[in-house]
This record gives sequence, C-alpha cells and structure tokens, in this order.
Amino acid sequence: MALTRQDVAKVGLLARLALSGDDVERMTGELTKIVGFVSQLEQLDTNDVAPLAHPLDTQNVFRADEPKPSLTTAEALQSAPRHDGSCFLVPAVLGDSGAA
Amino acid sequence: MQPLELSAVDLVTAIRRGEASAVQVAEAFLGRIEKANGSINAFLHIDREAALARAADIDARRKAGKPLGALAGLPVAVKDALCTSDQPTTCASKMLAGFRPPYDAHVVAKLRQADAVLVGKTNMDEFAMGGSNENSAFGAVHNPWDLTRAPGGSSGGSAACVAADMAPAAIGSDTGGSIRQPAGLCGITGLKPTYGRVSRRGLVAFASSLDQIGPMTRSAADCALLMETIAGHDPGDATCLTDEVPRYTEMLEKPLTGLRIGRVAEHFGPGLDPEVAHGVEEAFAAFKAAGATIHDVELPHAKYGIATYYLVAPCEASSNLARYDGAHYGHRAEPGRGHRTSAGPTGEFESPLVEMYCRSRAEGFGPEVKRRIMLGTYALSAGYYDAFYAKALRVRRLIRQDYLDAFAQVDLIGGPVSPTPAFPLGEKTSDPLAMYLVDMYTVGTNLAGIGGISFPCGFTKGGLPIGFQLQGPALSEPLLLRAADRYQKLTDWHTRRPKLAT
Repeated sequence: MALTRQDVAKVGLLARLALSGDDVERMTGELTKIVGFVSQLEQLDTNDVAPLAHPLDTQNVFRADEPKPSLTTAEALQSAPRHDGSCFLVPAVLGDSGAA
Repeated sequence: MQPLELSAVDLVTAIRRGEASAVQVAEAFLGRIEKANGSINAFLHIDREAALARAADIDARRKAGKPLGALAGLPVAVKDALCTSDQPTTCASKMLAGFRPPYDAHVVAKLRQADAVLVGKTNMDEFAMGGSNENSAFGAVHNPWDLTRAPGGSSGGSAACVAADMAPAAIGSDTGGSIRQPAGLCGITGLKPTYGRVSRRGLVAFASSLDQIGPMTRSAADCALLMETIAGHDPGDATCLTDEVPRYTEMLEKPLTGLRIGRVAEHFGPGLDPEVAHGVEEAFAAFKAAGATIHDVELPHAKYGIATYYLVAPCEASSNLARYDGAHYGHRAEPGRGHRTSAGPTGEFESPLVEMYCRSRAEGFGPEVKRRIMLGTYALSAGYYDAFYAKALRVRRLIRQDYLDAFAQVDLIGGPVSPTPAFPLGEKTSDPLAMYLVDMYTVGTNLAGIGGISFPCGFTKGGLPIGFQLQGPALSEPLLLRAADRYQKLTDWHTRRPKLAT
C-alpha cells in the first residue's frame, strides 16, 4: 500500500508534527516501505481471534479512595516553558494571534 | 582488593563486612568512568559529588552500627528513561534536555532505600526507540569490545558501562529487546522480567503494554540480587503484579537435572550469522551436559513478531508521546524562530496553539521518534484502525498462545538473542526496516508479557561477544536466573573483559 504525500501531510498534522517539504518527501517513501512490511499480517486469518491489548488478565485495579498529597503547583510548574506561577501559558487557542 | 573486578554480590558483601568502604568502591568506579567514558559515551550525566556523599553517609552509618539496605554501597547506573528527582532525565532527547522530574521513579526510590549509590544516567536510543543507540540526541554509544561498533539498544549505555567496568550494575528497560539485545552485543547478562513484575511508575512511557524495567549486570547472580530490590508491587502502577517477590539469590543452587529446554528450528534459519549459530549450539550442548534435555518446539507465529511489534509499539508510542506538547515541560518552539514549515494538506496550522505544538515537537524529536509517531498515528487513524492496530492485536494473541502451548511441553525456550554480533556504527542507520529486524528474536517475549534473560555464550573469531537467550513463562524469573547462573558456573564467558585503551 503506497502512501501519498497528502496522506503523510495529513498524518503530520494529526500527530502534531510540523513537517518540511523534504520531511514529507522522505517519510512518504519510508512509511510506504514500513507499512508494506507490516501488511504481511494480512496473510493470517484472524477472524476467530480476539484482540489482545494487554498481556495480563488483570482488570479493574482499584486503589482505596482516600485523599493523599500530590504534586504542589510549584512542582508541577517547575519545568514549564512558560507559566505565571499558577497556570501554564500557551499561545492563543483560537484565531491567529496573541502568542503568550 | 580491586573493586572493579568484584561482582555486585561480592561488592555488597565486602562493604557489609568492612573489607571495603563504600567511598573506596565509589571512587574506583567513578575513576574508571572518568577514564573510559570519553571513548564510550555510556553516560549522559555523572553525579560524582552526590555519589561520594551518599557513599560517605553509608560508611558513617555502618560504623555507627545502624542498619543498612540490601545494596548498601553498590554503585548502580540508571538508564536515562527513569525519572530521578535530583538528576536530569532526558531520554536522550532534545525534547527533554535539562528536564528535572518532580519525583523519583519507583525503581529509583527502591534503589535509594536499599542504599545503592546512583552514579549517573546512561545513554540510550531516544525515547528507547532503536536497536543500536545511534538514535541518541547526545551521540552514539561505542561498544567497549570494538569502539567502531554499536553496543545495541536501546539500553546501550547501561550495557556498555557494565561491560567496560564503569559500574557493576545498571538498570535498563526492555520494550522489544532493549535490555537483552545490548546485553548480548556487549557480553553482559540482562533480565527482562515478566510484564508487571517491576513497577513502571516513573519510567518514561514508550509502549505501555510492552515496557518493563530490569537489571543489567555481569552475571545472573548479580541480576538476582538487584531483582530482590526492584521487583514487587507498587500501588502507583495499576499493571504491577501483587505476587510476592521470591528470594531469587537463594534459588540459584539447584542443579538443572531434568530441566526441559525448547529449541525452535526457525531460529536457525536464514539471517542468522554462522558464528552466532555455532555459539548458541555450544550453549545448548553445555546445558545438556549440565543435565537439561533439549526438545524441538514450534512458535508458528514468531515470524510475524516484528510486523506485530512495529504496529503495537508505534501505536502506543504515538499516544504516549502526545504529552510532549511544549506547554507543560520539555522543549518549546519560540514564535518567529526557525524556518516556517508546513503542516496539514493545505500547509496551514489550525491555530497559534497548534502551530506551537507542531513546531515544538518537530524541533524536539529526532527522526526515528518522528517516524514511529507518524506510523502509529497513521495506523490508528480513521479507516486504518481495524486493518492495522486491531489486526496486530489479534496476531499478538496468536503469538502469546504459541508460547503457552510451547510451555506446556518445555520449561524454558533457548536460542540466539540477535541474528548477528555487534554491527558497525552507521551500518543500518539509513535503513529503518533493517534496524527493526535486529529485534527478531526478542519482541515475542514482550508481546507475550513473559520473561527473558540474555547472557554471553562465546565470542566470534573477531572477539565480539555472542549472546544466548532463555525465555520462560510468566513469573519464571527464579528458573531463568537459576538456569543462567548454573551455566555461568560451568563456563567463563561472562568473566571476560574488553581490553580498552584508556
């Protein structure tokens, strides 16, 4: 299955990765090759096989519902690229200006 | 006493008995790091002052007759994928350059409680994605047996630092072979425990249903010692098993008489280097001489392991790595800096926030990490989910069932760790798919969630280590460690050291 440049550009936005024209070109070839390789799984009939998302049979692990201390605001913000002491600061969520 | 020549078990004993001080031992290994790390690049961060202060504190407590932990004074190197509150944690990525986690990984906390001396953070493939350690943003690690060759990956720094005597023990993580393969290529012993045996809390997540932390040391006995400290339940990891932790170090003695080891014919097919095949066959012969019996077993779906793994792991990775958004921690692209790049079919970003996300991630991640995020995002996207991700999960069940069937006939499965010995740096960097194939014998263990151990079983004519792998059922660590330890009592491959010009 060959990917197109449009496929790769679309996935780039879904994956939140800015790709240059060269990136798109290179990845189109590389991903086509890798997707071709993993497509060998089509050879197997798996109609009667349930998906296995996780190797353990463990399900619904609960802890006691008790309050306990978590990270302080200062700890949570200690590695933030931009913050105002209580919040993370980011560029505008809507529109096209107003970088924080 | 030469600390560099002692095993982890003997170092801990010597310090407890007062035959060596923790400071002496720490100084010996830190001195070795100073001499050897320049040519090997195994460490991304070395914490000399803190290590010596820690060692001095342990010596003071010993003199005062206070109780000491099980690893008191043992230098341990930790893969840079585990969070350390007092040292940077970068995952060998520009994305996390200089990042200081606000807490310790569970395993790091357990090591501290056991009075281990943490000497530094080891180099790795960026976000543990790779099989050669060449994907590190901070330079490749060089194999101590031949500096022009790769140490394997992704725990290449941990493997190389133990092989070069820069630490008697290291912690690695294994998602598709990242402990066992570098251990094999560097001539040391590495254990990938059963999924859930060791807490993953504070291990930077790559593929959460596959990731597992384990010890990398010179011998199985040393791995057993570390496992007693790092294994066990942690309420902070909901996938961590509640089963009691056995006394691994006390379960090594029993002879291997009657042990049934499986041999998979397909392991010896095309692609396996003849010298590796020879070394592995010799190891089977040694196990036979030790009283084990060898049986043919089949893993009919093993040949689909790499294809299954390279869907499951990138899908989980694309989700896990979504957290690196330039907002909460890690690298953030500054507005107006760098060249404008396009995103989306129309070349437009959706908003200034999305542009910041896309550019921060484009600047912070290296090529292999981007490739896997793209592959996973594609395989999970609308219209492809069933054909790729769900399909891979179905094959994953077939692969696990193969192991369950095989372990109804044998106790362990033996074979090669890697198809070749350590390969030259640069040999596979231009061909991602060729690099993926180095994991062909190891990914099944992770997909099935079982245990595996790798240890040296010979050397090539050119002097490169050859690794042997044993895989066992869930929670078979006592048997994996015992079988490897018995083998190491009969052979001396694991005692050989590279001759380094320092």
